[in-house]
Amino acid sequence: MEQKKLAIIATKGTLDWAYPPFILASTAAALGYETQVFFTFYGLQLLKKDLGDLQVSPIGNPGMPMKMPFGPDWFQDINWNIPNIVQTNVPGFEALATSLMKKTIAKNGVATIPELRDLCQEAEVQFIACQMTVDLFGFEHSDFISEGVEYGGAATFFEFAGESDICLYI
Amino acid sequence: MADFDDELDASGLNCPLPILRAKKALGGMDAGKVLHIIATDPGSVKDFEAFAKQTGNELLESAEEGGKFHFYMKKV
Repeated sequence: MEQKKLAIIATKGTLDWAYPPFILASTAAALGYETQVFFTFYGLQLLKKDLGDLQVSPIGNPGMPMKMPFGPDWFQDINWNIPNIVQTNVPGFEALATSLMKKTIAKNGVATIPELRDLCQEAEVQFIACQMTVDLFGFEHSDFISEGVEYGGAATFFEFAGESDICLYI
Repeated sequence: MADFDDELDASGLNCPLPILRAKKALGGMDAGKVLHIIATDPGSVKDFEAFAKQTGNELLESAEEGGKFHFYMKKV
């Protein structure tokens, strides 16, 4: 059976958007796919050495369930529909949302982003960072993880993406 | 319950961790050996079937016991 190829273009840098590229890439690699992920624009945040800064914003995410990850069952069932005007005007709201999201993730036995990224690298998923975006945002190679990242442009990525069986834009 | 050479307890872990841990464990095993995987993630039932199909490793048995899922995967 010929080896299948998965190409992912990761363009977002928030905690919730960090999961799809890493989960899909690591799972595909576990299933024997040759996998490459091209990180561009905000996706570059996912290649930073310290992933502790990834945040999640509830603003503009009307579908996001806002349930508390602690307390008695009936309390955890409440969906707190906080209006956007409160979200934008209360300082520290994003930090609160991020810490609640992280608690919910840990509580459900879901891997953390650093763990998933490590698993990807262990499974030999190739990471490519968009050099143009690195220059655009004034990043240095030293801001990112030093191993397992190649720097290139869209043309470099198309070499692999053109042959891929699945190509996803995230 | 089948015989097994190695055991992996993936209880409490959700997708994709059971599969990823299993792949890592199988990587360190010789061909012909059996890995016993315990999981609580209900999604893992279908996941391990797909894993066996895609990687060619043999899923000898898939059972539910005492609220946990047990899989016996033979490395090919």
